[in-house]
Amino acid sequence: MIDFCKIIGSIVWKDILLESRTKDILLSVILFASLVLLIFNFAVEPTTQIMAMVAPGIMWISITFAGVLGLTRSLALEKESGNLHALMTSPIGREAIFFGKMLGNFLFMFFTVVIVFPIFTVLFNVSTFSINLYLIAILTIMGTSCVGTLFATMAINTRSREIMLPLLFFPLIVPIIIAAVEATSSVITNSGAGSQYQWIYLLGVMDLILLVICPLGFSIIIEE
Amino acid sequence: MDQFDGPQNAIEVFGLTKSFGRISALRNLEISVPWGTVLTILGMNGSGKSTLIKILATIAKPDHGTIQIAGLNPSESGKSIRRNIGFITHTPLLYPELTGRENLRLFTRLFGLTDYDDSINEISIKMGLTLQLDKKVSSLSHGMRKRIDIARAMLHEPLILLMDEPESGLDQQALELLSYIVEDTVKKSCTVVMTTHNLGWASSLATQVAILSKGTIVHHSMDSPQENSGLDSIYKKYSGTNR
Repeated sequence: MIDFCKIIGSIVWKDILLESRTKDILLSVILFASLVLLIFNFAVEPTTQIMAMVAPGIMWISITFAGVLGLTRSLALEKESGNLHALMTSPIGREAIFFGKMLGNFLFMFFTVVIVFPIFTVLFNVSTFSINLYLIAILTIMGTSCVGTLFATMAINTRSREIMLPLLFFPLIVPIIIAAVEATSSVITNSGAGSQYQWIYLLGVMDLILLVICPLGFSIIIEE
Repeated sequence: MDQFDGPQNAIEVFGLTKSFGRISALRNLEISVPWGTVLTILGMNGSGKSTLIKILATIAKPDHGTIQIAGLNPSESGKSIRRNIGFITHTPLLYPELTGRENLRLFTRLFGLTDYDDSINEISIKMGLTLQLDKKVSSLSHGMRKRIDIARAMLHEPLILLMDEPESGLDQQALELLSYIVEDTVKKSCTVVMTTHNLGWASSLATQVAILSKGTIVHHSMDSPQENSGLDSIYKKYSGTNR
């Protein structure tokens, strides 16, 4: 188990090091998410009632749409230089490669959330300073990173990967987004712990299922 | 794993078939490679050379057939097989934005080597890399990248070295270094399987040669190409250059 974690840590460390040098993923993802928020800010009248209804949806649309950019780039980096083959000929399980890439994507998306939440607060006058909101973010990003890493791996082998990933990814994360939006709405409107935790538990259960299914799927599709 | 206690052949392939959609890449291929030999696989583009190497490297899965690598079945013992193989392709499998040392350090960790700084220093001296090791891979010449790539593949001292057109883009000095690596590997009773278009270079190293055409072995000689004077004409016949 320690060796398994060390291997995953090495892959994550490599992704962080690469990102710190190229800034390929974070810069574009954060900029895209911020622009989506800005456009919605102009498009929607920011009254308190309207905001309570649409703000959670706007928040998760901006984060997941931006996340797709990062997911495509993260796997494309491996494919372009042929490094996926180098990882695949290392004596590690395919699931270790999956968890390494998935955790890297998770960290990049979480960093995006940390930047985007304060921007969201400023633009929409909705407080995001809540531990529960960050818990919802962690669970949502975990699920979307799982599905995203799996389908980005599938999409990089196709000619039109930029189109293919959203087509595969968005229909499957609909349940996660519904739960995330409902949970976020409960936090923003302060509608009671029971309602919040109901959706948080659902997100947790979905994550557990995805953490089992996605590595298995990855092991199958990664081999030509 | 010690190959001397294991099976007689490093690689055994029976009835190997692989298709990509309607395109048949390998058809009922059979080949055995004993320990301590260099098998050179020749063939024109699209003959199935790279697919065969990828299957042996456990990157691709065959549709049908049996494969034994160091006596192990890839579908059951993939990790153990990968611990004993080195894989080199015509493109260096390195992260361009990392330095050579960072690349090698990543792979020593993935291979579970404990004394990784010693391993890296040792291989970099052998490959003449010591001055270039702390530079970003993207800033190095293709030849130097290939040297780091060869170092990556040799870090864990593999028993079987799989190479897919390794000579591509190498200067004369690097080619000599690669020849030395192959000869040194065989001296240790390890096995090398390589695909190439360079018949001259292959002739100087190979102990046996196979010609692949349309996914099947059309010629397999257990003699060194130097002793096989007809190889050139056989290769030309199957590569379509005999005009």
